[in-house]
This record gives sequence, C-alpha cells and structure tokens, in this order.
Amino acid sequence: MASLNDYLLVSGLLFAIGLAGVVVRRNIIVVFMCLELMLSAANLTLVAFSRFHPAANGLPDYNGQMLVFFVITVAAAEVAVGLAIIVALYRARQTIHTDDLTSLKG
Amino acid sequence: MNLAWILLFLPLAIAAANQLILKKTGLAPLLSTASALGTFALAVMLLGKNETSHFAWATLGDFSINIGIKLDQLSTGMMIVVTGIGLLVHVFSLAYMKEDEAKARYFTSLSLFMFSMTGIVLADNFIMTFIFWELVGLSSFLLIGHWYQKDSAADAAKKAFLCNRIGDFGFMVGILMLWGITGHLGFDQMKSGLAAFQAANPAIFSSVLSAAVLCIFCGAIGKSAQLPLHVWLPDAMEGPTPVSALIHAATMVAAGVYMLFRLQFTLGFEAFEALQASTVIAWTGGITALVAALMATQQNDIKRVLAYSTLSQLGYMVMAVGLVHGEAGMFHLFTHAWFKALLFLSSGAVIYACHHEQDIWKMGGLLKKMPITGFTFLTGFAALIAVPYTSGFFSKEQILEAAHEKEPILFWIAAVVAVLTPFYMTRLYVVAFLGKNRSENASHAHEVGPLMLGPLVILAVLGVIAGFPFVASKFAPAYLQPEHLVHLGFVTYVSVGALAIGVLTGFMVYAGKEKDPISIPLLQNRFYIDGFYDNFIVRYFQDTLASIIAFFDEWVINGLIVDGLSRSAESLGNRFRLVQSGSLQGYAFVFGLGVLIVVYFIVFGR
Repeated sequence: MASLNDYLLVSGLLFAIGLAGVVVRRNIIVVFMCLELMLSAANLTLVAFSRFHPAANGLPDYNGQMLVFFVITVAAAEVAVGLAIIVALYRARQTIHTDDLTSLKG
Repeated sequence: MNLAWILLFLPLAIAAANQLILKKTGLAPLLSTASALGTFALAVMLLGKNETSHFAWATLGDFSINIGIKLDQLSTGMMIVVTGIGLLVHVFSLAYMKEDEAKARYFTSLSLFMFSMTGIVLADNFIMTFIFWELVGLSSFLLIGHWYQKDSAADAAKKAFLCNRIGDFGFMVGILMLWGITGHLGFDQMKSGLAAFQAANPAIFSSVLSAAVLCIFCGAIGKSAQLPLHVWLPDAMEGPTPVSALIHAATMVAAGVYMLFRLQFTLGFEAFEALQASTVIAWTGGITALVAALMATQQNDIKRVLAYSTLSQLGYMVMAVGLVHGEAGMFHLFTHAWFKALLFLSSGAVIYACHHEQDIWKMGGLLKKMPITGFTFLTGFAALIAVPYTSGFFSKEQILEAAHEKEPILFWIAAVVAVLTPFYMTRLYVVAFLGKNRSENASHAHEVGPLMLGPLVILAVLGVIAGFPFVASKFAPAYLQPEHLVHLGFVTYVSVGALAIGVLTGFMVYAGKEKDPISIPLLQNRFYIDGFYDNFIVRYFQDTLASIIAFFDEWVINGLIVDGLSRSAESLGNRFRLVQSGSLQGYAFVFGLGVLIVVYFIVFGR
C-alpha cells in the first residue's frame, strides 16, 4: 500500500511540473492549464493528509477533504473568469502569446 | 500726531491706488498731485511741533525695531522743503509729462518717492531711516529709468542703484556698530547709551565711534554723491527733468546731509567735534565741492552742468557738517533746495521748449524767446552764485564763516569754488540764453504754458527770499540767526570778490562765442574717474568676481546640487525600471522563487 510519502512525492512532482509550465510556456492557455495542475497538486496533498492523519475517533480528518471541495469550486469559477479574460484578450490583441503582451514594461 | 502718520502714509496709499486700480485711467497724475498738495498742507500744519510716537514693528525677545515718527524743528522744516518742492514739481510734471505714454507710472513712482522721503525725514530711529533710505534709492532708480527704452537711461538707473548700494552697505555696518556701542537704535535714547559706553571704555571710545560715524558717512557719500561715489548723479540726469529737480537736486541727495546732521545732533556737537571722523567728512565735502566745480566748467549738457553744480553745493553742505557747523549746512540745504529746483525746472522748461535739445551750444538767445523762463533762471542763477541779498548768499556766507573759523585751507578751497561757481554758471547763462540762436530747435522755442511757469515763478520768489531771517527762522530745518543780516568782514569781501571775478571772467571768455574757446580734456572727461571705474574697477574686480560667481552658480549650485539631485533620482529610477520587465513569466518565476525562499525560511529557518 502506498504511503503518505508516495502521495506527497506525486503531489510535489505535479506542483513542480505546473510551476515549470507556468514559467516556461508562452501560450497563455497552457499556462492556465499548468495553473490548474498546481491546484490539483495542492488538492492531492490535502486529501493525502486527510487520509493519513485520522482524527481521535479513527475516521479521516474531513476538514482537509472539505477544503478540497472549496478549492475545486473556486477553481471552476476561476477557470470561467480566466478563460473569459483570455477570450477578451485575444479579441483585443489577436494573440495569446505572453511574449507579445508587454505593455506594462517599465 | 495722527496727522504725521497720515502725512507719512498718504503718498503710499496714493501710489498703491494708482498702481493697482487707476493705471489705465487718466486720474493717476491728478491724484498724485492732490496727494502732494495734501502732504504739503499737513507739513505746514505740523511745522514746529515737538512730538514722537512709535509702534513696534518687529520684536525679538527684549529687542524690538520700531517704526516711529519724530517731529522737531529739523524734521518738520525738512518736510516743508520736501513737500513744498514736491508739490511744485508735481504741478510742473503735469505739463512736462503731458505727452508721455507712461505718465501713470511716472506719477506713481513720484508718490512712492514722496512716501520714502517722508519716511527718512520723520524717522525716529536708524533702522527706519535705513529702510526708507533704500526705498528712496528704489524710487530714484524707477524714475531715472523712466525712459527705460533708451539704453543710456537704463544704464544710468543701474549705475545709480549700484553706487548707492555700495554706500548703503557701509551705512548698514555703521548703524550696527552704533547699535553695538549705544545699545539703542532710536535717536533719543542713543545719547545716554553713548555716555555709558564712554564711561565703560574710555580708551577705545573715540576710535570706535569714529569708525562707526565713518561707516554711516559712507551712506551719505552714496546718497549725496560725494567723491568717490559721485559718478551716478550726472548720469542720473537721464531721468525726466522734474525728477532731477526734486530727487537729484533738492531732496534725496540732500538726505545724506540731513542724516549726517541728525547723527551730529544725536551724538552731540562736542562729541562729534572730538572725533577724527569729522575731519574726514569736512575734507571729503571740500574736495568734492572743488572737483565737481572744476568738472562743471567744461560740460556742454545744460542738465549736467547743473548736476555738477549740485555735487559741488552738496560738497559745501557736507563740509559744513564735518566742520560741526551742521546748522550752516542745513541752512544751505534749505536755500539750495529752492534755487536748485528752480534752476532744474527752468532748464526743464528750456529743454521742453527746444524739443529735448540739451546741448547749450545748440541753444542761444533764449532770453528773447522765453523771457519769463529766462528771468526765473536768472534768479536761480543769482542765488546759486550768491549775489548779495539772495538766499544763496546768506547760506554760503555761513558756511564760509564756519570754514574760515575752523580750517583755513578748506576756507580757501571753498573760496576757489566760489569763483568757479559764478564762472560756469555765467558760461551756461551766456551761452544758452544770450547771443543768437544756434540751432533750428532754439529758434523755434517759445514760452511754456502757465502750468510750468507757475511753479517757476513761485520758486523764483522763494529762491530770493528763503535766506532772509523772517523766512528761514520759521521754515528752515536748522537755522542760527546771525546778529546782523550782512556782517561785513573778511569773509564777505572774499565771497563778493570771488563772485565778481567769476562772473567777469565768465562774460569775457564766453560772450558772443559760437563754440567753446577753452578745451580741457581732463575736465571734459571728468578727471577720467568714470573711465577708471569702467576700465579698471568694473573690468578687473567686478567682472572677475562675476565670472567666479557665475562659475560657482553654473557648476556647483546648478551642476552639482540641483542637477545632481535630479540625476541621482533619475538613475535610481532607471535601476528600478529593470524590475518592471513586462514579462508575465518573469513575474511568475520571481513569485515562485519568493515562495520557495519563504518556505525555506519557515522549514529550515529555525
């Protein structure tokens, strides 16, 4: 049976892949997907802790799992808003390439 | 007492009203003239009063500077001179400046001058004197530069201001020294402080006080145009002629003499006489009188001749003060004010009639063309050269008596001046008024209007009678009535002899001449003093100093401090600009890095 460390390792990998994607990729939709990946990594951690750190009565600590639901809900809303922004951005600039979006350069 | 305050501030109020509200309307000249009339009436009402009143203007701990008014015979008599001549000059200006475009500015400046001059005369302490001293300097600057479109007028105004500033610097130092010595600034309290200082430091008393008096005398050198700061006064003739009559002949230039006499009065005559400074003052006055009279003999501009004659007469007055016969100096100031204002206004009428021709060799025969002006000029001429029983005779007699009694060499210098004065004035009169017309302008001249003639006639009457005891004892700022009206003696013989010699040589040399038979370049070029100042002092001292200061200003102040600050702020900003890369991933990377560092410190930090 997989131990807590295995879960955390997978979650850390997921998070690292997500972060690397956010930093490296230039397509804003891929960046967005990588962000979602990082959220999933966090969710995985929360569930793993919930499972491996039971409460005093032997049941899993459901606080962690509750938090995951909240994260998923918020992430759904965030995706809706984020995609809308990307669409608007594309309409304004005809590009979703981050290298071309430099109007805030000082 | 309230009247005196009104007397002081009425001209200021008028000047302000003219400048702020009435500049565009034609009312300014009339209002200024009305104010001059009002101040003259007030001055007559205040004549002979003996009062003081003051308020604290600035207070610092125990020390306070007052603005105060001191009325006594000296100040009220002087006010008669200032407001009387001021009034006549205002009236004369109404006609003289009729066609001037900027006459509102002219009359505003005149009112400002009246305010400043009143302040000097009525002041009850030295700080107030100094403030108004600077204000007359300012109004004189404004009026000399009235026709500032002419370079010569603008330069003359600047020159006058700078020369005065040099003197005023000494004046300020002198005031501070006197304050340090006596602990007081007011004229009335100074004497007690002086006695205390003398008791405490008997050894250094007279030298310190001498130094203070000499520093204060510097102020008088500047304002009364004594050697070596006399150069501004002849140039100041660039201003309108009524201004020359009021400021540069009768009142402002006499302020130096007035202030010196006030100082003498304050310190006490005996204390003043004991000082070395009095000798210096007397000799400065005597030498100025001589040098200026010499220069006057070779000038061709009618106003410049009169300007040098003013210098010379001021030298007389300063000499009298230096000889501790200040009352003789003040008496001469009083009579001189009337007849010199008369001479200037008459010359103004002549210049007006000759379409602004000022060269006497281009005039000639004016007595026939404008008999009244010619006659009033003759009256002033007679008073200036001290024809017996004119005002100038009585006052000059007193000065000569004083010199004869105190210092024989100065007496003979004064006697030489008394020969030169009739000589150059005869030259002026013969060339300008007698003979035949020598130019187009002179032959078209005709008598000026009543607005100009009125003041001339009044001044002519005063120029004759102002020296008689029945006028002088009442109106003169200081007057020591002689036992006999004319005391026949050695001095009188010398004076009348000098007069006769001067007039006769003047006639013989200049009658019927077409151009100047004598030519002395040294005198024409005013002893090369102006040239020396321009080519030596200005070039080597002023310009060098100016370039050092310009360097300091350009590189240290501007380059290092002002621009340096902005440059360092700019370069700092440029550094920070690099942070704003505008690259989304860059931000994300830094953000991730930041999170990592935070995590690192939380986990391994302890």
